[in-house]
Formats: sequence, structure tokens, C-alpha cells
Amino acid sequence: MTDATLAQAGRNRAGRSQWADVWDQFKTHRGALLGMGFFIFVSLLVIFGPWLWDIPPNYIDIRAKNQGPSLAHPMGTDQLGRDTFAQVLAGGRVSLLVGVTAMALSLVLGTLVGVLAGYFKRLDGPLMRLTDLFLALPLLPLLLVIIMLFRDTLRAAFGPETGIFILIVFVIGITSWMQTARIVRGDVLSLKEQEFVLAARSIGTPSHRMILRHILPNVLSPIMVSATLGIANAIITESALSFLGLGFPSDFPTWGRLLFDSTNFMTLNPERVIWPGLAISLTVLSVNYIGDGLRDALDPRIRGR
Amino acid sequence: MLNYTIRRLMFTVPVLLFISFIIFLLLDLAPNDPTGNLPMTIPPEVRQQIRESLGLDQPIWVRYLLWCKQFFINEPLNIIEQWFGIQIGDGDRLRVRSWATRSPVVDLIVERMPQTLWVVGMSYVVGIIIAIPIGVISAYRQYSWFDQAGTFISMVGFSVPTFFTGVLMIVVFSVWLGWFPSIYDTTLVVEDWSSFVQQVRQMAMPVFVLALFNAAQISRFMRASMLDNLNQDYVRTARAKGLKEKTVLLVHVLRNSLIPVVTVIALNVPQVFGGAIITEQVFKVNGLGQLLIIGIQGADIPLVQTLTFIFAVLIVLFNLIADILYGILDPRIRYD
Repeated sequence: MTDATLAQAGRNRAGRSQWADVWDQFKTHRGALLGMGFFIFVSLLVIFGPWLWDIPPNYIDIRAKNQGPSLAHPMGTDQLGRDTFAQVLAGGRVSLLVGVTAMALSLVLGTLVGVLAGYFKRLDGPLMRLTDLFLALPLLPLLLVIIMLFRDTLRAAFGPETGIFILIVFVIGITSWMQTARIVRGDVLSLKEQEFVLAARSIGTPSHRMILRHILPNVLSPIMVSATLGIANAIITESALSFLGLGFPSDFPTWGRLLFDSTNFMTLNPERVIWPGLAISLTVLSVNYIGDGLRDALDPRIRGR
Repeated sequence: MLNYTIRRLMFTVPVLLFISFIIFLLLDLAPNDPTGNLPMTIPPEVRQQIRESLGLDQPIWVRYLLWCKQFFINEPLNIIEQWFGIQIGDGDRLRVRSWATRSPVVDLIVERMPQTLWVVGMSYVVGIIIAIPIGVISAYRQYSWFDQAGTFISMVGFSVPTFFTGVLMIVVFSVWLGWFPSIYDTTLVVEDWSSFVQQVRQMAMPVFVLALFNAAQISRFMRASMLDNLNQDYVRTARAKGLKEKTVLLVHVLRNSLIPVVTVIALNVPQVFGGAIITEQVFKVNGLGQLLIIGIQGADIPLVQTLTFIFAVLIVLFNLIADILYGILDPRIRYD
């Protein structure tokens, strides 16, 4: 065999990497595929939609108030004549951005705590007690309390929108890392006993490289699954906070805020509550389906069933 | 078993103290000022006197210990006095008072407890009653159309937030069809058949919304737990003995599958109370959740502290109950 054919064979084998297997398995999960398609569609829509649909979300046309769906306003208008479709698009930007950033924060925190607790025996006890304590906190009441207390200060410091964005992302991130930490710790504990870790240690790999090279890539699959659950959780929490009137200010639309504002006009204009609620529900549903498919695809024990 | 229970109990005390300290600290370190809402015309020295009368000039640990004394000694003693009609000490104890209404916080909570318990408790019971059969049938006929439909519905129930299902139900059943009232009327007294029907009608929607959410979660657990058990050796043994399929399923498998589900049910109770905050807000039920929201909007710190702490107590308590139940039901867990 010549070197060229060897290289060819190597490339072919590289083509069937672990991720290709995962993708093959993921493709067989119809719900996950649909969910992924919908999520990408919604993301593209809220990112590029405001350029295509050029009515500004805060443009007030009082003569066209409380209208039902029409060609000019596909989702109708609100009590000030603002276009609901434009508002849903603008609100989706914020809701998805909050979801993704809060998820990233909670993943970083959870992974950090999980890896440290799993890898360093001395840190395991204290970090896991901390996780237990956080799990015993009443999260929704505490979130409400934190936002009530720190809202005004942060608004004064960063401006009304950025301040509340930072606050909401921060509180959601800091109250939702515990599950990730637990799962990651469990996986790290079992990984630590494997031969390749022993081999790496025997050639003198320092701890930080061991974690970055050997541990982290191997705990990637539970992290990815918790990432999807994290997005869903963050979107729901942000909408719940906005719905309780403790989220973003009302001239700054998010899906939860739009739903909250439209509940006051439920008898007059009942269709209006449906659009933002539908947006939240379908997005969360699609993300949950992606998580379901990912979990099936990443678990080799049930792959190919 | 006793040893196990005591060990669990010992752990809850520091947890509760720690949580109470966090809640206290959070409210104390917050940058806003309890006298901030008072009119600007009050001169600074009077404002200072108000602050002193609220006890805000003392160091933080003194205030924490005093709050603990109020909360853990004074209030329980008051409750005991009220229940048994006896007098302990001089009866003139400093109580945790709401800043907004000036009445003791405990009285406010006692007023609102029944509504929350009725709606939340009923929805939880309804949810469990729906979820268990669905979980059992889904697992027994895995991958059948019933299973597919059940999985889909539970996925939807899990993903759609209660504030949307609630609002949607109001739009459909109150606005369009007019079957149910959209607002929960607490002043209604059930004394005859018509008022009973009225009560059922106004409870139907909040209970259904919460029940759907609970059933979605529990039925998934039930299904997974049933599937774990259906392939076990003891099931094959039971069938080989010639037991009827019904006996195998409902006596052998169901009992063993319920063990983890019971703990999940216990663990989820506090979460349900948390979720009830939103549902109560949607249907205007004046329960504990609404009290918390009112307290937060009015910056009523003693009220918010107490309620948040009660939610924390609920979580710790039901964790404990779940642990002990698991220990009773599954002796392998006890490690003694």
C-alpha cells in the first residue's frame, strides 16, 4: 500500500468521526430535526426580520389601534396602534439573547464547579454542599426579590435596558447551574478512573492541561444536553419575570412582556395574547425536542435502536 | 431507619439557618432604603429617628439574631397560644410586622393560605391522578400511538409555560365561550349547591392549568420507571408462575415503579408552590404567591423575607420527606 492510499483511507475514516455518528443518529429523531429546523428559522427571523419588516416596533399609529390581523399588520396592532408582528420580532431578539447568554453563563459556572469538584478531591465536599444549598433555595421568589432590590441601581449605572439585561442574565445564570454541575461532576468522577487518564498522568501531564485536553472533551455531551435545557429554562424564566411585571420596561418588548401587556386587553382583542405566547411555547418546545434528540444521539448505549 | 432519619434531620438545621441568613443578607445589603418612599418633606433628623425606630442603626449580626428570635421563637409561641388558647409568658412579644399593612405577617399568611392550598393541592392531586395511568399505559404499550401521543402531550405540557396556558384558557373558556369566570372570587362562601357549583367553576381553570403542567412531568417519570422495571427478571418470574397479566402489571411492576415516582412527587411539591405564584397572578387568586408579588411591588421587606423563607422551609421539608420516604420504600438506600 502506498502512502497516498493510506492517507486516503485516513481521510475516509476521519469522515466517519464521532460527530458524524451523532449527527446520523440525531437525524433519525424526527421531532428533534423539526425542532432544530424551527429553532434555526426563529433565530434567523428575529435576527434578520426587523430589516425585512421595516415598521419600527415602537411606531405609534393611533388611528390603527386594536386591529385584528390584516395584510398591513399580520398579527394585528395593540392599543396604541403599534404593529404586533414588529414587536414580536423585536421581542424575540431580546428573549433569545437572554436565553442564550444566561445559558452560557450557567453552563460556564456549572462546568467549572462540576469539573473542579470531580477532579480535585479536596474541593468536592465544599462545592457539592454549596450546590445542595443552592438547590434548596426558593428560586422564583428569590429571583423576584433580587430583581426588585437591584433593579434601580443597575438601571442607574448602565441605562434602563442594558442594566436590566445584565441583571436578568446574571440572576438566571447564577440560579440554574446546579444540575449541570452535578451531572458534570459525576462524569468527571468516572472518567478519572479510566486508563487514558492514568496514562496521561504517568507522562506528567499537569492538571490544567489534563482538564482541558482529556476531561472537558469527554464531558461535552452532557454539557450540550444541559445547554438545550438551559436555553429553554432561561427563556421561560425571563418570560415569567416579565409576565410578573419585574422584567424589562414596557417600551422595550420581550415575549413575556408582550404577553403581560396584552392580558389587559383580553376581552377587547383576544388574538393579541396568542402570538407572543405561541412564540415562547414553540421555541421552548423546539429547544426541548433538540435536547431530547441530542440526548438520544449522544448516548452510545441507545444509539442505533 | 431512625438513625437515617436523624442524620437527615441534622443536616436540615444548618441548611435552613444558612438560607435564612442569605435571605436576610440579600435584603439587608440591597442598595435601596426602607425610608426612601417617605415624602421628601420629612426633615433628616426625623428620618433618622424613623430609621432608629425600625432598628436599622444596629450592627447587622444583632439585627439577624433579633430577626431569628422573632421568627423562630416569638411567632411559633404566638401560634401555639392561638391554637390552644393558653398564655405563655407575658404575651407581649415583638412580632414580624408587615410595613405596608402594619399587621403581623403571620396573620396575613394565615388569611391567604387556604386559597393557595386548595388550588395548588387540588391541581397536584388531579395531576397525579391523570399522570399515573398515562405513564403506565405508555410504558406497557411502548411506541404505540398512545405512547407517541402521550409523549407529545407531556412534552407540550412541559414546554408551554403556565402563564400562556392560563391566558389561553381564559381567552377560550371565559372570553369566547363564557363557561368559566376568569377571576377567582375569594369572598364566595360554599353553603348550598349553587355556590358549590360556582366554586367548582372558578377553580376549574387554575386547577387544570397547574394539573396539566404537573401531569406532564410526573407521567414522564412514571413511564421511565415502568420501562426500567418491565424488563426485570422478577417480572418474567411472575409471568412464568402463571400470574394474570393484570396482576403482574398492577401488583408487581406498578408497586416497584412507584418508588422513585413517589419521591419525585414529594420533591416537586415546593416547585408547584413556586409555579402557583404565576398561576395565581394569571387567575387573580389571592393566595400566597399574590401576597409575595404585592409585597415585592410595595417593597414590604418583612413580608417578603418571611414568605421567601417559608418557601425555603417547604423545599427543605419536602426534600427531607422525599429522602425518608425513599428510605422507607427502598431499604437499599438507607446505608445503615
